[in-house]
Amino acid sequence: MTEENAVRHAARSRRLGALARFLELGDTALAVEFGATIAPEINALVHRTAALLAADPPEGLVETVPTFRSLLVHYDPRRTSAAALQESLAALDIGEARVEAPARIWRIPVLYGGEAGPDLTDVARATRLGEGEVIARHAGTVYRVYVQGFLPGFAYLGDLPAELDLPRLTTPRVRVPAGSVAIAQRMTGIYPVESPGGWRLIGHTPLRFFDPAQAPPTLFAPGDGVRFVPVEADEHAAIRAAVAHGAYQPACEASR
Amino acid sequence: MSASLTLLQPGPQTSVQDAGRLGFQAYGVPVCGALDEPALRLANALVGNAANAAALELRLAGPVFEVTGGPARLALTGADAVIEVEQDGQTQRFGPWRAIDIPEGARVRIGPLRGSGGAILGFAGGIDVPVILGSRATDLKGRFGGHQGRALAAGDVVGLGPSPLHGPCLELQSPPSLAFGGTLRVVLGPQAEAFTEDAIATFLGTAYRVSREADRMGLRLEGVPLGFRQGADIVSDGIVTGSIQVPGSGLPILLLADHQTIGGYAKIATVISADLAAAGRLLPGAGIRFAAVSVAQAEEARRAQERVLAQQLAALVPVRALARVDHEALLRENLVSGVVSALESDEGRAAMDRIT
Repeated sequence: MTEENAVRHAARSRRLGALARFLELGDTALAVEFGATIAPEINALVHRTAALLAADPPEGLVETVPTFRSLLVHYDPRRTSAAALQESLAALDIGEARVEAPARIWRIPVLYGGEAGPDLTDVARATRLGEGEVIARHAGTVYRVYVQGFLPGFAYLGDLPAELDLPRLTTPRVRVPAGSVAIAQRMTGIYPVESPGGWRLIGHTPLRFFDPAQAPPTLFAPGDGVRFVPVEADEHAAIRAAVAHGAYQPACEASR
Repeated sequence: MSASLTLLQPGPQTSVQDAGRLGFQAYGVPVCGALDEPALRLANALVGNAANAAALELRLAGPVFEVTGGPARLALTGADAVIEVEQDGQTQRFGPWRAIDIPEGARVRIGPLRGSGGAILGFAGGIDVPVILGSRATDLKGRFGGHQGRALAAGDVVGLGPSPLHGPCLELQSPPSLAFGGTLRVVLGPQAEAFTEDAIATFLGTAYRVSREADRMGLRLEGVPLGFRQGADIVSDGIVTGSIQVPGSGLPILLLADHQTIGGYAKIATVISADLAAAGRLLPGAGIRFAAVSVAQAEEARRAQERVLAQQLAALVPVRALARVDHEALLRENLVSGVVSALESDEGRAAMDRIT
């Protein structure tokens, strides 16, 4: 390969059409799929593409929804067609999509175990770790916000340490309280509102993660870091009271 | 002062909806909005509103309410029902697909819906609730938007936006057919390859039935379970209104306006946008067959639907003079002409005949 060809090949390979496949969702959306697995490198491509489309939206684009390994591109079929949209997407030069350390790391206070985390005992038993060790591992990791969805403000945080990898509950709970800190497979997350749920509940945080009166309505943004900080019951109660009065400002570490 | 509605009976599920909450799905916020968007656009046109003004979406039957603080103009679209307007002991009956002026103090009762599980009740000036994240639509699951984030309840007072209420009441003389042909068109994918060949053939070749678990989030279907090559679970990805996801049971779920933004079940196909209103009208027990089309065919079907809607919007005409005279007589003398009321109800029956 000549140098010129190599340069051309490299340039072409950064185009979306060479990096992703396009899946049809009827006549209102295309999924731009970068892979089949959950990995920071793949997720970085998703968020990079979302940012580029937000900065310079093609004709007919309605909104995009980043997920772990694909970007859902909603379009208005009255203003464009799948063929036209796919052509402009395929030509998009996405440049470098590096996995970068999170710009900010949220510190989320958690009361672990007991009524706040009714599955902690089972998790300790199933993983053959003590409860203290489960807490230490869960709180000892900085997680990345991969995706928000499922519920308004629910963030999929990964990766959970492999020792804590357990399947979802076979029978989901009908009611999971808002603020429940939960794990499933290699993910952890916080239920922002009360809802049914099948993840294992290991703790509770008084913080709020979704406020429809704000835009954006969520505390977390894609690529943010999240660290869980164990607190005792009295501190948990004090934070809960402060949150209720609107007097609590979630803490954030700058990481770079 | 603008008029308000005081709810005496809320109906089974009456919620404030508009064209939906776009732009926040990346934060997990569902779109919501009217299940039958063409009906929303027709209702708004009939009462002189912009296309996206908020209206009430009714399910199964309508509410009973009083109009206070001023007169109101309303129009029912998307289903057939009898609209009773009662004032001073006199009752007038109207049909759907036309604007009706309601004097201050009158009581309005909307009966059982026919031809659809849902309908749109539009009001001149629109339903005046706060705009949350760009929309007035109610997110029933998220409990925000609309009227206090929930379906209306008895005793609620719902404000209407300002509207000058000038000009004659309009009607749509040739309402759309609500008859369900029994088939919803789909584009296969995005995870059709997760299913066996037999499953695809079954999905396209056998009838499914809407189960009792049917709401604004989606319709759980009953029928022959679909087999997977490996399993139902995928790495969660994006969902659209019309996505047909299949959990481990093998029984499809057709997702509607309140669907969650992402999900972890394989999606065998997507109902095309031109057929979403028909899907939203379905009730438990309805039989469905799915027919596969290409994206290009789906886009053409949508363009055809838009052309029909544009023709309907352009063809709104003042309600026939006789009926208008009756209305003015009601306002002036609080009298009701029995002859014209009978005509009105004939009109209602004719509309019913068209959909059955």
